[in-house]
Amino acid sequence: MIRRALPLLLPLLLWQALTLSGQVPPYILPAPLAVAEALVADRALLWTHLLVTLSEVLMGLGIGLLLGGGVAMTTSLSPRFERLSRPALVASQALPVFVLAPVLTLWMGYGPAPKVAMTVLLVFFPVASGLRDGLASTPAEVLDLARLSEASPWRALLWLRLPHALPHLGAGLRIAVTYAPTGAVIGEWVGASKGLGYLMLMSNARMRIELLFAALILIVAMTLVLNLTMDRLLRRLRM
Amino acid sequence: MSPHGLGGTVRLGGRVLLRDAALRLAPGWTCLLGPSGAGKSTLLRLLAGLEVSARLEGWREVPERIGWMAQRDLLQERLSLSANVQLMARLRGQAPDPARAAELLASVGLAGRDEARPAELSGGERQRVALARALFDEAPLVLLDEPFSALDPARRAAMQTLAHTALRGRQVLMVTHDPAEALRLGDRIYLLRDQRLEPLPPLAPPHPRPMGDTELALAAAALLARLSEAA
Repeated sequence: MIRRALPLLLPLLLWQALTLSGQVPPYILPAPLAVAEALVADRALLWTHLLVTLSEVLMGLGIGLLLGGGVAMTTSLSPRFERLSRPALVASQALPVFVLAPVLTLWMGYGPAPKVAMTVLLVFFPVASGLRDGLASTPAEVLDLARLSEASPWRALLWLRLPHALPHLGAGLRIAVTYAPTGAVIGEWVGASKGLGYLMLMSNARMRIELLFAALILIVAMTLVLNLTMDRLLRRLRM
Repeated sequence: MSPHGLGGTVRLGGRVLLRDAALRLAPGWTCLLGPSGAGKSTLLRLLAGLEVSARLEGWREVPERIGWMAQRDLLQERLSLSANVQLMARLRGQAPDPARAAELLASVGLAGRDEARPAELSGGERQRVALARALFDEAPLVLLDEPFSALDPARRAAMQTLAHTALRGRQVLMVTHDPAEALRLGDRIYLLRDQRLEPLPPLAPPHPRPMGDTELALAAAALLARLSEAA
């Protein structure tokens, strides 16, 4: 138990030692104990903002999965759509989506919408490209069965391509779930009145650095929990 | 039943695989032997209407439905055995018929395993499911592309007997590189070599010959010697 906790405990001890040494002022780096205190004392506040961010992330994941999955399946069904959409897909991957955050806020207001949109942008690509690659890599001899039964493209997709592509979709989802919280938090940084990203900026402005670190820790924890949950779920689905 | 088959010239790039020849099928087993690369599988795929890089200049006569067994069993790992047996029908958009799938699974020795997954089966059992899948359609023409070649000799013999019984009365074309297999099962045997389809004398019925059959063993040895000479 101690051996397993050591990699976590050691940096914490170093951190505490650093703050006790007096070399770093607390408004730059608060002591871990002070952060822990903030986590407990402000738990109600932190919890409210955590739920806001979490709901943005979950919505973004859901919509991103639907959009990415839909585009990948349409690509597989229609070669023409594939030709038309490929440049846009590649361009959308090369685009640093973070620069879109202010524009999204300008268009969609200060509510959850631009945060969800930001998350969707980050989730969309790994899901779409993962599923598309999976669908396209179905072995030719398996597709022989579609030819022999004169299956419609839709039925071939459902019975032959999709089952083959599920592990590829799973890989895409594992990446997507790591990116998703970043999208929501950046959306909140640009303009929000709720959420952990907003709380980080607020705490910074009010010199409550220990609260800023508490929010940061919660974002990391939320990401880890989302990752583990997704991994469990995908394993159960053999993806 | 109209005579199914194909004829003409088959070209693969600049190469001629078959020059002005015809492969006519009839009820029972037709076996196609030949050295690797002669184009046995290409011919089978042309007949099945599957994608090939070769071109057929000639005629092709096939029924609407064709049964298919490849070297790999092509079972879908995420589907139950029952769903795998019904796969071709589902791809065609037909309603599911689990009762018939269960019947066919039982007929290949997998009674009660309807809900099992392919991963739970041995290689031989997997090919049995592939056979049941080919049987489900009741296709008058069944094409086999070395379907038993990956099995150990004992299982291979058992599978040959099972397939022969199950496919009785249909037109079967099997590509194989094993002379003993062709002699054991074939009512007609062709050797695809040097752009020609050379008919070889089959053993007298009944097929399949028992594995311990001396005549089969001698004929197989003689045929193997003949094939090796040419190679």
